[in-house]
Amino acid sequence: MKFLVCISNVPDTTTKISFTDGKALNSTGVQFIINPYDEMALTRALEIKEAAGGTVTVINVGAANTEPTLRKALAIGADDAIRVNTEPTDAYLVAHQIAEVAKKNNYDVILTGRESIDYNSGQVATMLAEMLNLPCITVATKLEIASNEATLEREIDGGKEVLTSSLPFVASAQKGMAEPRIPNMRGIMAARTKPLQVLEATGDEKLTSSVAYELPPAKQAVKLISKDNVADLVNLLHTEAKVI
Amino acid sequence: MARADLYQHPDYYLMDELLTDEHKMIRDTARAWVKKEVSPIVEDACQKAEFPKQWIKGLAEIGAFGPYIPEEYGGPGLDQISYGLIMQELERGDSGLRSTASVQSSLVMFPIYTFGTEAQKKKYLPKLAKGELMGCFGLTEPDHGSNPSGMLSNIKDKGDHYILNGAKMWISNSPFADIAVVWAKDETSAIRGMIVERGMKGFTTPETHGKWSLRASATGELVFDNVIVPKENVFPDIKGLKGPLSCLNSARYGIAWGAIGAAMDCYDSALRYSKERVQFGKPIAGFQLTQKKLAEMITEITKAQMLTWRLGVLKNEHRATPAQISMAKRNNVHIALTIAREARQIHGGMGITGEYPIMRHMMNLESVITYEGTHDIHLLITGMDVTGIAAFE
Ligand SMILES: Cc1cc2nc3c(=O)[nH]c(=O)nc-3n(C[C@H](O)[C@H](O)[C@H](O)COP(=O)(O)OP(=O)(O)OC[C@H]3O[C@@H](n4cnc5c(N)ncnc54)[C@H](O)[C@@H]3O)c2cc1C
Repeated sequence: MKFLVCISNVPDTTTKISFTDGKALNSTGVQFIINPYDEMALTRALEIKEAAGGTVTVINVGAANTEPTLRKALAIGADDAIRVNTEPTDAYLVAHQIAEVAKKNNYDVILTGRESIDYNSGQVATMLAEMLNLPCITVATKLEIASNEATLEREIDGGKEVLTSSLPFVASAQKGMAEPRIPNMRGIMAARTKPLQVLEATGDEKLTSSVAYELPPAKQAVKLISKDNVADLVNLLHTEAKVI
Repeated sequence: MARADLYQHPDYYLMDELLTDEHKMIRDTARAWVKKEVSPIVEDACQKAEFPKQWIKGLAEIGAFGPYIPEEYGGPGLDQISYGLIMQELERGDSGLRSTASVQSSLVMFPIYTFGTEAQKKKYLPKLAKGELMGCFGLTEPDHGSNPSGMLSNIKDKGDHYILNGAKMWISNSPFADIAVVWAKDETSAIRGMIVERGMKGFTTPETHGKWSLRASATGELVFDNVIVPKENVFPDIKGLKGPLSCLNSARYGIAWGAIGAAMDCYDSALRYSKERVQFGKPIAGFQLTQKKLAEMITEITKAQMLTWRLGVLKNEHRATPAQISMAKRNNVHIALTIAREARQIHGGMGITGEYPIMRHMMNLESVITYEGTHDIHLLITGMDVTGIAAFE
């Protein structure tokens, strides 16, 4: 079984976000990590590989500064890594670059996270499946593979959906897929010598451009109204908050 | 019950940029392990005065046992900065946890690697690295602490073996250790090192109870009553205080890093608490006296981080002197203890409970400031180094 797991390099969840000139993330002092949903996908791929055999390749579209994140994926247990050398400026560009790599290597399973926690647009999995003309299961919480058929679960409104897919397919992982692992020292040492291949990008076509970023307005001070004063509360909700 | 571990490490001078990607991965691994396996149970372990044995496997997996021992002997073969970072993260969790790893690494594996025969290295090191064997280090005696050269433990040559007699006190890990690296005088009064195994006749390890500090680390005695030690268990060449002191050197280096971990945890908790706790209508972080505490804490942490990083570079180049290590151990433990005390005040009454790590760190650091050379003895080492005159004799 050949797995390809897409790894996005994102700021740590505790980062205090700020922007330089409202145009780009200020990355001074920011720690970058494997996108948590991608890490769940990677862990599930490793679990299946360890039980049934196969290889797990991780891929990232990004500049050289994302390599530590790929090394971490290798330390966790991926066999090899590919970095497509270009800035991941839009989802189409990322999906296109990954599709070009996937076309040349017959992967049985291509996994992504349900979204990256930095830009949260959650488009790469579906675009990728479309470009490769493969089945696509998004936001999956469970994945089993037996005799060339995959069984996946998704949470849907008020319940859960169980579905099957032929191989190859693309799926995006949601919480529940697997419990991420802490790399051990043996893994970190092995990662030093595992292959990390750098490929040049195929074209630079993209469909969207970010124009500006803004932080949400700072939290306002709270106004406390005594519980005997319902009239004032109603008045304020009407005139100030304008919600009733 | 301890709260969720929300720790974020302070890096005011962007010291991370001085680390390699592998350093950061090793540190983050140790940190993630501490958050997952240590923080949820450490408070309880301390309350019960128990060392959670399940930590041993995890410590081995994150490379905390003999980080710098080469791969041919089962170690990870890391550099000194990696070793320091692992100790920092462990002590961020708990000084007792770090003590267990320090002893195994610097006081057991280091002397076997440095002074042991090839057979001793092959026999013990790989198992110690995996945590399949745990070790302890016996230097201190009831009447010889700061002055170990006066030790009374002794060995007598009986041809194909030695007979060991004496008693060691304050020995970390002793209650559960499988082996002990023991220092005792031979018939010429030269200090010799040897490996004593649990199960040897006449060797016992009574536990020391009632500690208010390092409660998650087991401490005990080593009692030798005519123990037969085979000659193959004795380090062949090293004689004199230089043997144990070189082990302490390595351990003190790890403590210098470890203490920053405890300090950073206290600062991190105090900073968060002071921004959330409202008195007189505003967060207590908004009062000048609280800011003075926090500003001084982060200043001292930053200075300690720089001191230790530089010491790590020197140690990697085999240029760090024992006196330089003394300075870092003394300074960093002292600032950590001061920070713990200030952080405890910022937490008000909450600061004395187990919901926050502060009081635990503070009590732990009272041992750390005493063991591996007391605060004052390290000052006298610096004094001797700069004046050329020893003031402790
Ligand atoms: C929890 C814990 C774990 C330990 N683990 C180990 C271990 O694993 N292995 C081991 O061998 N030891 C261990 N120790 C022992 C530790 O190293 C000693 O406690 C330490 O060296 C101090 O010795 P002491 O307690 O006998 O104090 P003393 O040497 O009696 O010192 C008492 C006081 O006198 C001061 N003093 C002594 N001499 C001078 C001088 N010349 N000038 C000025 N002041 C002086 C000291 O600074 C100190 O303040 C541990 C100790 C503790 C508390």
